Amino acid sequence: MKERTYEKYFRQNRLPHIWCPGCGNGIAMKAIVQAVEMRGLPRDKTIIVSGIGCSSRASGYMDFDTLHTAHGRAIPFATGIKLANPELNVIVITGDGDCTAIGGNHFIHGARRNIDLTVVLFNNTIYGMTGGQASPMTPLHKKATTAPYGSVDRPFDACNLAQAAGASYVARSTAFHVQHMTDMIAEGISCRGFAFIETVVQCPTAYGRKNKMPDPAEMMKWMRDNAVMKTAWDRMPEEKKADKFPIGVFHRHQAVEYTEAYSEVITLAQEGGK
Amino acid sequence: MTDMKLMQGNEACAAGAVAAGVRFFGGYPITPSTEIAETMAKILPSVGGCFVQMEDEIGGMGVVLGASLAGKKVLTATSGPGFSLKQELIGYAACAEIPVVIVNVQRVGPSTGQPTSPAQGDVMQARWGTHGDHPMIALSPWTVRETFDAAVMAVNYAERFRTPVILLMDEIVGHLRENVQLPAAENIDIYPRRCPSKTRLQGYEPYAPEADLVPNPADFGTGYRIHVTGLVHDYTGFPSGSPAVTEEFIDRLHKKILLAQDEITHYDEFFMDDAEYAVVSYGGVARTAYEAVRQARAKGIKAGMIRLMTIWPFADKVIRRNAESLKGILVPELNYGQLKYEVERAAGGKCPVKLLAKYNTEIFVPGEILEGIEALKGGRL
Amino acid sequence: MKQLRLSGSGGQGVITAAIIFAEAAMSEGRQVVQSQSYGPEARGGASKAEVIIDDAPIYHPKIIKPDIVLSLTQKAADKYYKDLDNAEGLLVVDEDLVPNVPVFANVIKVPVTRIASEQVGKMLFTNIVALGVLVKLSKLISFESAEMSVKGRVPVHTIEQNIKALKLGYDAV
Repeated sequence: MKERTYEKYFRQNRLPHIWCPGCGNGIAMKAIVQAVEMRGLPRDKTIIVSGIGCSSRASGYMDFDTLHTAHGRAIPFATGIKLANPELNVIVITGDGDCTAIGGNHFIHGARRNIDLTVVLFNNTIYGMTGGQASPMTPLHKKATTAPYGSVDRPFDACNLAQAAGASYVARSTAFHVQHMTDMIAEGISCRGFAFIETVVQCPTAYGRKNKMPDPAEMMKWMRDNAVMKTAWDRMPEEKKADKFPIGVFHRHQAVEYTEAYSEVITLAQEGGK
Repeated sequence: MTDMKLMQGNEACAAGAVAAGVRFFGGYPITPSTEIAETMAKILPSVGGCFVQMEDEIGGMGVVLGASLAGKKVLTATSGPGFSLKQELIGYAACAEIPVVIVNVQRVGPSTGQPTSPAQGDVMQARWGTHGDHPMIALSPWTVRETFDAAVMAVNYAERFRTPVILLMDEIVGHLRENVQLPAAENIDIYPRRCPSKTRLQGYEPYAPEADLVPNPADFGTGYRIHVTGLVHDYTGFPSGSPAVTEEFIDRLHKKILLAQDEITHYDEFFMDDAEYAVVSYGGVARTAYEAVRQARAKGIKAGMIRLMTIWPFADKVIRRNAESLKGILVPELNYGQLKYEVERAAGGKCPVKLLAKYNTEIFVPGEILEGIEALKGGRL
Repeated sequence: MKQLRLSGSGGQGVITAAIIFAEAAMSEGRQVVQSQSYGPEARGGASKAEVIIDDAPIYHPKIIKPDIVLSLTQKAADKYYKDLDNAEGLLVVDEDLVPNVPVFANVIKVPVTRIASEQVGKMLFTNIVALGVLVKLSKLISFESAEMSVKGRVPVHTIEQNIKALKLGYDAV
């Protein structure tokens, strides 16, 4: 059996976690620490920043300097940390509501600045912690406590949003594709710029039960059956794409990273302007 | 002392912050505070610091809190509408005990109000703007020179008490230019960032209070692997639902400031030795009040003035002590009446406390306050 | 105590002129405060800048009774001259831009804008021409102090033209 070397990255005295049985957040959290290990990030120079919600409780379990911020605000805090000390590796953990609703403006502007953050969105398509309200990523016609007849609000595709806003790296994976998810995050960590990884995770309690998928294993099978690797997706006829979604790396574009851009401002200012 | 300069209040604020060691500014442009951001954008990179213009006021608050946790001394500046938006994370800073200075150059409200006109309508918001129980330190300078000092002091208090400090300016002083002579750098006292007093192996707890009730959470990236949260937490920094922990936590937040209250209560007394009537004033309005008190003296009225620089925590003792021997207190404010009620509470019925309110975008003229003093004396208020 | 009010429309540079005046007075060892009020417009609208000069510290920061009011637009002239002292006060207006000069005892008309555009070369220098006029009429500061202050406050490549503007204004009255 493979040695569970990643376990050293957890605060054992803070476990077990508060997530429900069958929740996918733990899979994504583990993928992050495995990616950290793969990339050999120095632990004391790696900061985990999270927002508010189920996803964002992850920071408390991870043995780094960790920051559990306010709802939607993880990216501004993370931006401040990175700008204050560019040698730090900053990983943001956020949720679909945290990132694309209350934190939506910070998200697009983080991507626009292309600051070197690795943002991992745990997408369970619902507000889980507060009992199952619709988020901006709840699929059309799916039920939530605040969408009892099915959601009529069109959902965001957070990957398209990140790409359009200027992120350097954009990828998606699922809790079923564990190794793939780790690889996607690891590549994001290596990217010098704003890296965004959407991880599709199951929420059997708040989402599954309302949408005829109460069994977490069934939810993961749904991921297996409907996630399509990017290369295959690109060759797929449109009529077969219904209900399916692509995973993989969607976008790589190495633009100037923000702290590097600002270091030039410092040089200019110290040379006396102009 | 340095050379005499003509300087604007907002510029003096930025200069004071940088002199106190601020090396990070994040914010969003808003009248009448914008010159602070503009000055910071120019100065900070030249001293190796960082200025970032954020997407909104909340982002401006979040980014400075992140930078503070990573070890920088930080400041942000705003005005009424932005101050409202920043309240969420001012509370976060109070709860997670993150040093930060928030400058609010007050303008007329509510809402967008009158962006280029002065007011003092945010006095209570500075105290109670964010939700929950928390202490607050707020300083309100009355001259350009004192704005520099107040900025230094605000940064020092933020660091010393690990708390948000409000620099409660107003448009009068923010946009005023005066001749000032700033102190030389070596004469400015700077409170350094607090450091952990134990190692991890010695059982370091980031939120365990020191003797002054202030904890020393380590800066990020220094190897302590601490956890910072806006949830109520125990000494370890991790969330706790315990009633005992919560009670002690809220209590300590308040007491760490109250322990030092006398030391951080700054005020001036003018002509108070034999005063029968006093004007209690703060910010730009105090300049006009001072003129009015001088004019009252010239007319033979035994008037004096108490000028409060520290607005919060409120100078209860100063007011109480003076109220004992006064026949009346007049509080002129550019609002519908805010600090007046604090003065009244502190005076504890020892003398009448009357409000002179103005809220039409114009500042007082000395004659108006003089009339107020005369009316107070004549029992007509 | 001397109190000067400079008024015009946004973009005419009256605030800059007031700052330069105040700075020059400061360089001569005087106490100064300078303030302004303006509307939301970056250009146009009414703009007012004030300078108070004294030998003692100045507390109340706004003018109570101006000694001199300079107005570079009709709107500003109509709005800002009224509190001038009838006997001692002086109103200075732009000859072309204030066609309907308010009825007031002491008025001086100077073609400030015209001097700037025709003799200096750009309307942009209107405020510094006006400053020259005020330096001469107020007798509060020396031409040399004003000259030094202008040099410190304007962009380096415009110093020559600004000094020319200052001199033309100074000599126009």
